[in-house]
Amino acid sequence: MIDTPKVDWLALAPTLALLGASGVALLGAVLVPEWMRRTVAAVAAFAGFVVAAVFAGILLDSSPTPTPLVQESMIRDELAGLAQLILAVTGAVVVFVAWSERRRDNHGEYYALLSAAAAGMIFFVGAENLMTLFLGLEWFSLSLYVLCALDTDRETSLEAGLKYVIVGGFGSAVLLFGSALVYGATEELGFSQIAAAEAGDDVFLVAGLAMIVAGLAFKVSAAPFHMWTPDVYQGAPTSVTAFMSAATKTAALVMTLRILTTAFPEESELWTIAIAVIACVSLAWGNIAALAQSDVKRLLAYSSISHAGFMLIAVAAGTDRGAEALLFYLVPYSAMSVGAFAVVAARERELRAPVNLESLAGLGWERPLLGAALWLFMLGMAGFPLTGGFFGKLFVFSAAYEAGDWWLVLVGVAATAVSLAYYLNVVRWLYMRSGTELRLAPAGGSPPREYALGLAVAAAAVVTVGTFVFAQPILDVAGHAAASLPF
Amino acid sequence: MLATWLILLPLAGALVVAILPLPRLVTGGLAFLVALIEVGLWIVAVSRFDFDGEDVQLGTSEEWVESLGISYTVGFYGFSLWLAGVTVVVMAAAIGYALWVGRRDRARGYHALMLFLTGAIVATFAAQDLLLFYVAFEAMLIPLYVLIGVWGGERRAAATLTFVVYTMAGSLLMLASVVAFGVTQDTFSLVDSGTSDNEWIFLGFAIAFAVKAPLFPFHGWLPLSYREAPVEVAAVLSGVVSKTAVYGFLVIVLAKFPEPVDDFTTLVLVLSGAALVYGSVLAFRAPDLRGIVAYSSLAQMGLITLGLFAFNDLGLDGAVLLSVAHALVSTTMFLLVGTVERRCGTGDLAALGGMARGRPVLATVLLVAGMIALAVPGSTTFAGEFLIMAGVYEEGWGYAAVVALGIVLAAMYVLRLISAVLHVRPGPAAREEALDLRPGELALVLPLIACLIALSVWPAVVSESSFPNDEPTRALSEASP
Repeated sequence: MIDTPKVDWLALAPTLALLGASGVALLGAVLVPEWMRRTVAAVAAFAGFVVAAVFAGILLDSSPTPTPLVQESMIRDELAGLAQLILAVTGAVVVFVAWSERRRDNHGEYYALLSAAAAGMIFFVGAENLMTLFLGLEWFSLSLYVLCALDTDRETSLEAGLKYVIVGGFGSAVLLFGSALVYGATEELGFSQIAAAEAGDDVFLVAGLAMIVAGLAFKVSAAPFHMWTPDVYQGAPTSVTAFMSAATKTAALVMTLRILTTAFPEESELWTIAIAVIACVSLAWGNIAALAQSDVKRLLAYSSISHAGFMLIAVAAGTDRGAEALLFYLVPYSAMSVGAFAVVAARERELRAPVNLESLAGLGWERPLLGAALWLFMLGMAGFPLTGGFFGKLFVFSAAYEAGDWWLVLVGVAATAVSLAYYLNVVRWLYMRSGTELRLAPAGGSPPREYALGLAVAAAAVVTVGTFVFAQPILDVAGHAAASLPF
Repeated sequence: MLATWLILLPLAGALVVAILPLPRLVTGGLAFLVALIEVGLWIVAVSRFDFDGEDVQLGTSEEWVESLGISYTVGFYGFSLWLAGVTVVVMAAAIGYALWVGRRDRARGYHALMLFLTGAIVATFAAQDLLLFYVAFEAMLIPLYVLIGVWGGERRAAATLTFVVYTMAGSLLMLASVVAFGVTQDTFSLVDSGTSDNEWIFLGFAIAFAVKAPLFPFHGWLPLSYREAPVEVAAVLSGVVSKTAVYGFLVIVLAKFPEPVDDFTTLVLVLSGAALVYGSVLAFRAPDLRGIVAYSSLAQMGLITLGLFAFNDLGLDGAVLLSVAHALVSTTMFLLVGTVERRCGTGDLAALGGMARGRPVLATVLLVAGMIALAVPGSTTFAGEFLIMAGVYEEGWGYAAVVALGIVLAAMYVLRLISAVLHVRPGPAAREEALDLRPGELALVLPLIACLIALSVWPAVVSESSFPNDEPTRALSEASP
């Protein structure tokens, strides 16, 4: 009789719930009659996300001190709980966005992969050693690769899938190689053991650290590791883009924060500078390239690169204040990002064509609620007050200023100024151009109202404004979560 | 609590107007009604205000983000109560004007944005927390951007672009300063925070306000925005939005940065003097009505900053008085310009003229407003300018001479406007059948002129009640523990 290790099933419950949902959706694709496949799969996925969110909430509430799980390969702490909560809620909202997306008969596969990807991310943010880190990364990445290419009748979707596989695979390889080097230098896999090994400035350790940072930066889509982002965001089904832009970033940023602070506290002087440089490059590149975009999904892709820059400023601060700011920022950012892509999806379905700036003309007047929501999301991303995006930026800047990185504040402010040009340009197209002039007409008459999508947009808008009004409670949660990291 | 109500009432009105699917006129009427109730509420606030009190009054303070020392703190000092007062009056006049001209399309959006703007401006004047001030200051931009961009003139796209680029460049510098100031002070409260001697933080604030006012040489957005905005929005821009900069100078720049202010006084005074002369000359040379009023606004803001940065009792009193007076004058002038433009289809001076014949009411009203605008002795603007002149004289007689020159130039450009509209040989656009001022228009302009005449009779009601015990410098230096 072999002793089974003690497993904290509660800590694994969010992952398991989503895996279960994924299985149900997949079985539904085969066993359920065709007319109810979409319903079964979507309901299963939504239920999985809700259950995962509930368990994540319980974990967040009941893990005041970090506890290692499963032979110290995973960890149960508030940081993981909060990240899992954001991921699960994002996923639940994305189910609503995806509900009436046009696709051939692969609903079961879609929702199964969505749940599986989210399960992978939820697993990933709880990783505590290099093996589980890599396992989680590949788990959600593989699911996302397929999701991007799911619209097999669209060439751009296939192209997106292929590009993502190749570049993403490269990123994973870099991360794996970096992990190998770190293992070589310290003979340890666990994050805290790596820190305890005190390898100092060992060349292999530093090289490994650099490669791990680069590998994670691919997933964060921070420049100069962002090359895949615009094409993939543009080509993937819009609901998938919405999910990736919010969830992948959340997972990868939380993991970046965790591994840097728990495994490499000694090298903080090195990585704070590296992250600061990556942040600046992302801000510059993302914002400047976004100015030239006419396709809205591409524009939002570059905007997401610049947001990665903002959030990395918080990581570069290397303090608990910075971690707190990052975790706060993720909440409104995820909402705004999902919401903005949801509005794009609505317009896309209406016109049955890719959405560029011109096809937004007059949307603000024709569809007042969707238009006002997109206006809100644009203002939020630009960091205007009355949205949580404002406090996100404010907390990031004040963390950087407190850490002595006043120059990062100036870079961030300059980047915000540039970003206004394209965010407000979207608003200009929404309200100040008329769609009738451009002879935009919905394909086949006005489509029926999409209540599911409207609900998703409304939820995103509520979170966007709510994080402004009730900033302190969320900041408290973020602060507690940040406290589970060793600063 | 009254300050909070003054902020919330127009915001709630905006929401109601935006949501209720009412006919155009009812929507406008509802918005106008809300604006009038707001004026009534402000009168209640004045009646409850203790002008001898040294503290912030009628306020509320709620914790907001404790960990950074951010709170929702609002309330009024004497001068901010007056500034809020002209705001609600001017906004009521502007909304009334929009109702009168039957703001054509998308009335719900338009009126909701005007009410939102009212709330944002009042919040700016009431904010006693630096971050809340920034929030309100930025929130003003959102409706202004759309109001100009959607309902503006032909070149509205260019106008919104320059407007937003300029003001956001200033605002973002201010954001950096807000962060730096708040983090070093460990609180964002304007009541509790101390002073700072950091010149960079000072410059961030000063430039943001200089853009908003605008001051020379940060006025690049002004001509296009004032020309392309709907006329009542231009009135609001020049009348009250510019005064948020005055408020910012008073409660942030002068109160929190005594040492940098000392170092930069000469520079600011010289630039303000330059703005005064340059703006006046441009107003004198402007080819159209809006150009004259727009550049005169630049000149008057220069004058107000001269008073502010003289930083003595006379100058500060004069600056507040002139701010209040200019808000009313400028709004009146813009609305009158609007009525003329509506009748003639153009504001081009060459195409106008001879409007006095057969239009006695228009002629009388425009003349009275013009007389007050050019600061005829006995008018409230003259009182303000005289106080400012006396104030800057203490800094050097040269500044006082520039102010005197400014007053002379004001007479030149205002008289040019009056004669070009009313008296010279009728141009092609001045049609014989153009009507005199209609009762509705008169009903909007007369209360503004009545306020101006009342303030001319008794300027001390503002100038002596703006600061406790009428000691502005002491009030400002004691504002920071």
